[in-house]
Amino acid sequence: MITSNIQIASYLLASILFILSLSGLSSQETAKRGVLFGIIGMTIAILATVFGENVQGYTYIIVAIIIASIIGVLVARKVEMTAMPQLIAILHSFVGLAAVLVGFGSFIDPEVAKLQGAEMIIHMVEVYIGIFIGAITFTGSVIAWGKLTGKISGKPFVFKGKDALNVVLFIATIVLGVLFIQNLGSPMAMNILYIMTAIAAFFGIMMVMAIGGADMPVVISMLNSLSGWTASAAGFMLGNDLLIVTGALVGSSGAILSIIMCEAMNRPFFSVILGGFGQEIKTGKKIEGTVKSTTHEIVAEMLTEAESVLIVPGYGMAVSKAQHPVHDMVEKLRAQGKKITFGIHPVAGRLPGHMNVLLAEANVPYDIVLEMDEVNPTIDQIDVVLVIGANDTVNPGALEDEDSPIYGMPVVEVWRAKQVIVMKRSMAVGYAGVENPLFYKDNTSLLYGDAKDSVDKINSNINR
Amino acid sequence: MSPFILLIIFAASTGLGYVIIKNVPSLLHTPLMSGMNALSGITILGAIAAVGLSVLSKNSNEILLGQIFGGLAIIAATVNVVGGFLVTHRMLKMFNKNKKGRNR
Repeated sequence: MITSNIQIASYLLASILFILSLSGLSSQETAKRGVLFGIIGMTIAILATVFGENVQGYTYIIVAIIIASIIGVLVARKVEMTAMPQLIAILHSFVGLAAVLVGFGSFIDPEVAKLQGAEMIIHMVEVYIGIFIGAITFTGSVIAWGKLTGKISGKPFVFKGKDALNVVLFIATIVLGVLFIQNLGSPMAMNILYIMTAIAAFFGIMMVMAIGGADMPVVISMLNSLSGWTASAAGFMLGNDLLIVTGALVGSSGAILSIIMCEAMNRPFFSVILGGFGQEIKTGKKIEGTVKSTTHEIVAEMLTEAESVLIVPGYGMAVSKAQHPVHDMVEKLRAQGKKITFGIHPVAGRLPGHMNVLLAEANVPYDIVLEMDEVNPTIDQIDVVLVIGANDTVNPGALEDEDSPIYGMPVVEVWRAKQVIVMKRSMAVGYAGVENPLFYKDNTSLLYGDAKDSVDKINSNINR
Repeated sequence: MSPFILLIIFAASTGLGYVIIKNVPSLLHTPLMSGMNALSGITILGAIAAVGLSVLSKNSNEILLGQIFGGLAIIAATVNVVGGFLVTHRMLKMFNKNKKGRNR
């Protein structure tokens, strides 16, 4: 048992370590140190809480922590880099779930029953809000996980009257909140809490269901932010300043990240965050024309003749785990003295920065991995552009077709290069469900098949 | 602590988070996100408190509920913390490895 003074000091130390952790993570040189600070801070915080006053049942707590740690270690070691978006989504759901459970736990807490008057009301309002945000985070993240794993369709799900329903439910939540406070102390209160949790869970589901696949990186980043606010709400609930600080840090930095993503897609932040409120579904103009397909031999030949090659990867590369053969191909071409660069769209894939992680995993040196804004001005001089499993991020419709749902989003302008090869599994539309005029351009040819197979075959042809 | 002070702490941390993250390179978005995710597992403190307090209760029904809610919450939050930090570390290790390759 430690005294509450030591506990306060430990919490202060932990919050400083968390601030250092976050600022460490935001720069390349210090990122690893950032993780270390985070781990130390978390350990101090947990120890100070477990051995704090008023806490008993050590065995129970420690057993739970050990079991969960084993699960955590197994998950972290086993997960494939390609599955990172799903993992992060499901981890967000855990924060939401934990907050809901903590909320209910705090509601039935016997110590709380001793609170009087205004203190009691403030506390219960905090419980109510905490559970509300937690439940939204929980179900929203589960739906995001479902969409990312393909268990739920990536298409935005909207129906008539959805906005009206949301407004009605929101008003109902507030009315229930008032009833909840009036009925404190009677069994009614618990029932109201259950109903509100169900409504919040429904909100979370509707919010993420309504968001299209192309906005997925923003959704993940937004849920990340929401999980921070959730932790903060739990902090208010328990009067714990460390939770408030950490939650607010994560919440606001997650929100900034979402805004950065939205700017990259030229979408207003609120139209994404409000879950497609009042959004119409557009699919863009139907395109007339024919697409040319090509073979692995021809592509290998084009690459051998080219002097400069730009590779634009997308989620397709992640799905087929093509990053390793891509690395082999790049090494071969570089050995022949060619200039190879990668052009990464800010929202390529399903997670911000996902492509960078995959290429790093495959040992691609990151000084040739460039951002969209760096490659776009030089594309006219590129001989061959290889689009590997990207679609919406290279869609000229974003600049040319005002009816396109992604109109206005900056894209990698690959069609300005001399030759464009698009590796694609089939002619199906991309994750966002948008037609892509790029495939019909004269200098574009399509190479059908799984990205990994295709790159392997090209590799064997370059060898000869 | 009074709710007013807690609100000030909240506002200050919100501002701090904004300042820290404003200029993060896109290369680090994924590790940053999983790292932040691990940090939001701080809800574990709430879970521990919930379990710890429930044991003090005289009402056996409340003890049981508190332990179920709290225990599940501890598990959910710990998976988050441990999994989040480890996976962040794994990703950053890849970046560092390649940095050496470049300097060679």
